[in-house]
Amino acid sequence: MLLKIRGLQAFIGQFHILQGVDLDVQEGEIVVLLGRNGSGKTTTLRCIMGLVPSSEIEYAGNNIAGLPPYKIANKGISLVPEDQGIFSTLTVAENMRVAMRGSVKKGQKSLDFIMSVFPDLKLAWHHKAGGLSGGQKQMLAIARGLINENKLIMLDEPSKGLAPVLVNELGRVLQEIKSYTSVLLVEQNFAFSKKIGDKFSILSDGKTVMAGNMADLIKDVDAQLKYLGVSTK
Amino acid sequence: MDIFITLTVNGLATGLLLFMMACGLSIIFGMMGIMNFAHGVFFLIGAYTSTWIYSITGNFAIAMLAGMAVGAAVGWLTEITIIRPVYKNPIGQILITLGAFIVINELIKIIWGPNVIPSPTPDLLQGEISILGASISIYRIFIIVFSFFVALVVHLALTRTRLGMIVRAGVENSEMVNILGVNVRRVFALVFILGTGLAALGGTMIGPTLGQIGPFLSSQYLLLGFIVVVIGGMGSFIGSMIAGIIVGLANNYIIWLYPPAALPLNIILMSVILLVKPSGLLGIKEAA
Repeated sequence: MLLKIRGLQAFIGQFHILQGVDLDVQEGEIVVLLGRNGSGKTTTLRCIMGLVPSSEIEYAGNNIAGLPPYKIANKGISLVPEDQGIFSTLTVAENMRVAMRGSVKKGQKSLDFIMSVFPDLKLAWHHKAGGLSGGQKQMLAIARGLINENKLIMLDEPSKGLAPVLVNELGRVLQEIKSYTSVLLVEQNFAFSKKIGDKFSILSDGKTVMAGNMADLIKDVDAQLKYLGVSTK
Repeated sequence: MDIFITLTVNGLATGLLLFMMACGLSIIFGMMGIMNFAHGVFFLIGAYTSTWIYSITGNFAIAMLAGMAVGAAVGWLTEITIIRPVYKNPIGQILITLGAFIVINELIKIIWGPNVIPSPTPDLLQGEISILGASISIYRIFIIVFSFFVALVVHLALTRTRLGMIVRAGVENSEMVNILGVNVRRVFALVFILGTGLAALGGTMIGPTLGQIGPFLSSQYLLLGFIVVVIGGMGSFIGSMIAGIIVGLANNYIIWLYPPAALPLNIILMSVILLVKPSGLLGIKEAA
């Protein structure tokens, strides 16, 4: 098990945000974290990254809770936050360089791969990232998350702002990298989630209420209605 | 015409010293949100150390280097002992840095006395040259050339190295830099040391322009430094350079025309620029 979380608790200020989140991510799979707005999905990702203090989080057999974010990142975890966290005064190239943990030479292969997926970034390579369109910023954020060889990549609403054709492309990329990088995905777009997810976990009011194989959730229309407010007919 | 040239050269020299003082202040604020009220004393440390070392060795280059080194070393100590415990405590930062300002300033008075001491122009840089009928002091030309050189080096470091990119990225969003696997605190400590070192380096050059130095320089230059940071935009290196030159030139012109207007002029300059652009000339964050 790559990531194993049991009964995760987290507070932000006085608020008891997470009150028992269970989550398993195995090597080689895509897990989708589902739930309505405010159910604690983003906070769960931030806890794993070390941005929000929390109870125990087991990653590759060790507890990583309490470590500073940069140490967690260097253990092979990357987070693409919902607000993208683009450095707008830096160029696209500089954004990528800051994200690269190793040498430029070492990153070249992943860079070529990323460029083949998002050719737009190549065109805007020497432009200030602040001038990119919303979709291009999302591509850059995802590209930064993919540049290092991580064991786990966490993406918070990556399909937001992307054109449908690019959402498909993103799905293809995640399928392609999952053999060596497990994926933990927070996604409102259920049509996208069910297409690429292997497993799912549903949060409600900071607790895990349901988890299992994505194939089972697809069949369970009642659960979809109850927890996600979506029906896929 | 000749007085205009003289004033312009003097203004440029003053402005670039202000820039050396302000750029560290600006980037430290931009990166960690820390308003370093102690920054003025590093300027003063540079001024006293270099004047003292010059009086012993007679070598101005060694004096400047020593001033910068002592400034950076005290900056390093300050970061470890005073700044680090208050990273997430803005009120604490204001109180403790203001306190450090007073304490270090008084320590300097204990070491070198409360009165002004003479600071002669180094022999090699004495004299004047004539440009278009105006006589220009060689020392001021030295300040301008040297400061531009330092600015260029820092600018290249900020734009061409990964560390520089990390600093610029950190000014915008230090949490994201942390997420990407960089120990932001360590980078910040380095920025603090370099920023205080640059302020000290600026301080090493001030003495000969006045002929003397005194403990009053720290508060005077801290105030002007803040004005430059606000005009240039928090966290902007180029902004603090442009703003430093603007303030330096404006002050030199106005002091020649009507000396009492000097301080109000700075406030008016700042107000007008903030009215037109609330984030300062090249700032990305609005002044809090």
